[in-house]
Amino acid sequence: MSVWSRIVNVIRSDRLSREIDEEIQSHIQEAIEQGRDPSEARRAFGNTLRKSEESRRIKLIPWLDGLRSDATFGWRRLRKNKVTTAAAILSLALAIGACTSAFRLIDAILLRPLPVKTPELLYGLARNGAGPDGTPRLDDGWEYPDFALMRAAVKDQAELIAVSHAERVDLTYQSDAEMEKAYVQYVSGWMFDTFGIKPALGRLLSEDDDLEPGKHAYAVLSYDYWTRRFAKDPKVVGRTFTLGKDVYEIIGVTDGPFTGTEPGTVVDVYVPSMMNPFAVIDNATWHRTLAMLKPGAPIEHLRAKLNATSRAFEEERAKGFKEMPKASIDRFLDQTLVLEPAAAGASGLQTEYRRSLWALAVLVALVLLIACANVANLMTAQAASRAREMALRVSIGAGRWRLLQLVLIESALLAGFASAIGALFAWWSAPFVVSRINPPEYPVRLILSADWRVVGFGLALTFIVMLLFGLAPALRASAVNPISALKGGEDPHSRRRLMHALIAAQVAFCFLVLFVAGLFVTTFERLSNRPLGFTPDRLLVLNTVAQRGLSPVVWDQAADRLRTVAGVEKVALADGPLPHGSGQIGFISINDQPPGPVLASFLSVTPGWVDTMQIRFVAGRDFRPDDTSPGVAIVNETFVKQFFDGINPIGKTFGRGRGSSEIVGVVNDLPPDDLRKPTRPVVYRPFHSLNLDGSLRPVNEETFMVRTTAADPRVVATALRQEIEQSGLGLRVANITTQIEIIQSLTVRERLLAILASFFAVVALVLAGVGLYGVLHYSVLQRRREIGIRIALGARIGDIASRVTLSIYAMVLVGAAAGLAFGMMSTRYVDSLFYEVKSTDFGMMAIPSVTILIVALLAALVPVTRASRTDPAKTLRSE
Amino acid sequence: MPKQDSLQGSLDLLVLKILSRRPHLHGYAIMAAIHEMSNEVLRVEEGSLYPALHRMEEVGWIRAQWITKESGRRARIYELTAAGKKQLAAEESRWEAVTSAVNHILRTV
Repeated sequence: MSVWSRIVNVIRSDRLSREIDEEIQSHIQEAIEQGRDPSEARRAFGNTLRKSEESRRIKLIPWLDGLRSDATFGWRRLRKNKVTTAAAILSLALAIGACTSAFRLIDAILLRPLPVKTPELLYGLARNGAGPDGTPRLDDGWEYPDFALMRAAVKDQAELIAVSHAERVDLTYQSDAEMEKAYVQYVSGWMFDTFGIKPALGRLLSEDDDLEPGKHAYAVLSYDYWTRRFAKDPKVVGRTFTLGKDVYEIIGVTDGPFTGTEPGTVVDVYVPSMMNPFAVIDNATWHRTLAMLKPGAPIEHLRAKLNATSRAFEEERAKGFKEMPKASIDRFLDQTLVLEPAAAGASGLQTEYRRSLWALAVLVALVLLIACANVANLMTAQAASRAREMALRVSIGAGRWRLLQLVLIESALLAGFASAIGALFAWWSAPFVVSRINPPEYPVRLILSADWRVVGFGLALTFIVMLLFGLAPALRASAVNPISALKGGEDPHSRRRLMHALIAAQVAFCFLVLFVAGLFVTTFERLSNRPLGFTPDRLLVLNTVAQRGLSPVVWDQAADRLRTVAGVEKVALADGPLPHGSGQIGFISINDQPPGPVLASFLSVTPGWVDTMQIRFVAGRDFRPDDTSPGVAIVNETFVKQFFDGINPIGKTFGRGRGSSEIVGVVNDLPPDDLRKPTRPVVYRPFHSLNLDGSLRPVNEETFMVRTTAADPRVVATALRQEIEQSGLGLRVANITTQIEIIQSLTVRERLLAILASFFAVVALVLAGVGLYGVLHYSVLQRRREIGIRIALGARIGDIASRVTLSIYAMVLVGAAAGLAFGMMSTRYVDSLFYEVKSTDFGMMAIPSVTILIVALLAALVPVTRASRTDPAKTLRSE
Repeated sequence: MPKQDSLQGSLDLLVLKILSRRPHLHGYAIMAAIHEMSNEVLRVEEGSLYPALHRMEEVGWIRAQWITKESGRRARIYELTAAGKKQLAAEESRWEAVTSAVNHILRTV
């Protein structure tokens, strides 16, 4: 109570002083009224000022009161220089906001522990080795039978959990017409118990719900989905939905903030891993494996045991690899199992964005340092004009600490305001950046909460920023020597040295930001300008599904119906849109030799597909309607180079597995879905594929590629969807996108990096320019007298200009050189983010150098003009 | 904060005792009461009274309020709190212990 009243008294300290004075005066009045002599009564009381000060000290907290009065004074000073204060606060706010925003993203994606019991004991299993094509890779996909063996082997040391990659799939609650999308994840039934997650409603999956393949059609909803989709309807338990060919019963809803183990994806529905048809297949890698260690379990021992179990499984499995060359099998077996900490979960978003996020974090930190250097320079310059004030304070007895506090309080005020505005900026910008990471099929959903972690980071950042820009000027100001300062002759060089060092640092950081931004922008440009090999304009992509497998003939009928829709130019069918990934891959054998180590990928297409996509025939012909697979094939140029030494292969055959096909055509190369990778050999097969008994193989899912006449292909989307649904063929359009969107989604990360890096480059450049201007301006002001004398003695403008700017330009050069050195050293950490661009390219170094030079020249323009216009008579008279 | 020497201690004791007998006194009246009740032996140094009053107010032994006197002048009057009453009892017994010990020495030596 007492401390509280003393804090309150600090706030109302004026009133407190008044009351104490009034009480003392009242005492003296009372004495006079009692008939004492006024002057005697006053003398008897003693020094009223000292007594009231003594009472003040008792009634409030003296240091807090000092702080308050310093803050009031600092606030008044800040308000006096409105423009500089606003500039300082805004530049700091932008930088602090960007830093906080970057932290929010990094925290949400990479650092924040999952809301589960003992997240620090959670590990992800991965295999470290070489991929099928020999390149090193870390593979976190697992086969369920292997998983089951490993789980049994380490039962007493850890609990293994299988979680599939959450997929956005169709499910229906009522009829087929009302399909909707939801993120579904196959998980081990014991996951909830292991994670310590409780039901908000009903019950959760257990070990008993995950025993026999296909027998446990139960589902658990996430709290988030239950809220969004069902408005927390308690009657949701017991409802059913159709997913694929199974009807699932909802048995419960999870409680708490848990939304799966993949940051970036919010899971809606959990179903048992045994419901996944791949669960019984030895060759399908379809899920991650997480390990929740028992406390105290020896991790290396555990890893070795898992490694041995998995290797035994793979060796057994490899005996069935008939087509695979020996070298590939050896490479496949020569993998080591690693345990990676997964306290923050494990997701594709993490893998893809880890380096990018850290790179961006470094960029924003540099921008923050530039802003800090700016404000430090500003405060140093102001400290010059305060030297007399400080000297006076020292003369009447202020200690060094008190002066330090006086200046630091001002910095704290600046930092505090900047942080408040920066917090608003971060509040807006972090979700904005997430919304940019948005491939059309899998929009990223990230839980961005503003909890104590973010607030703590913000506060720590504010404090560090305050010390960064405030401490040096404060120390300097507090070390004032009253005698020389009051005489007006303090050594100006020491102050200039500090400002010059800051300029060099600013330029170095700015150079680094520009340099890295240039690399990102060039990477994005080169990737998006990589020749596609086909024309993506006016192409609509209809991902279409059939309830049951349908004969290819039915699909051909659907394509025919689409051709009748107005505005449609050409229609073709393919397994998927372009560029196609590594969905179907296999080894190729030539002349009945055993297959080599190079993999080819396969894509089934209808006749006319090459024409629809506007791909060019290098040799041969298109498929005919009666062509089947195996039988004939079209290959790409890389395939010819790889397997036929570049010699025209028309009429030749190749084998794959049991079938062999004759090459009837060769088309130009297309890039793969990872634009950074070289093109791989591709085999295009006829859409009509035969079973072993010669019957046509039914098809579940296919993609219509529609070339439209209108420039915007979306205008016919509705008509096409209706045509498919009204055809009565049993088909349904699951998703419609344009080919352009698909192409753009390939460079989402690069585009984001380029945009953000350019933005920060501009900010860094503006801040550095303002900083340079400020220092030049200050140095002209300070040397007014000297310049006046020089002009009076007949110095030329060029001479004056070089005198004012030379030392500062030297600093710019030093800074740029340091920035370049930093840049060369640091880019190797982010090399994997670049494409066909090297940090040693001449252009990459020249652009930032020239830009900074131009900015430096511009910044010098006004101060130099002012210097050259100095009127010697006026300046000399004013002294 | 000023040191709590023995004189300071007895000033506290006197003020608390006076206020326990006659609540609602202002500073001057307290001073006058000490003077008068000690048969004009004890005289409080006027200036020192207020820091002492404010300190006791701060630790919660006494509380104050402003009143307006007939003359129109405002005065700050004090009264004992519950904590003040406890403190008074403690101070009294301490004082008695000290004086009886001192008396004992004076008598025996």
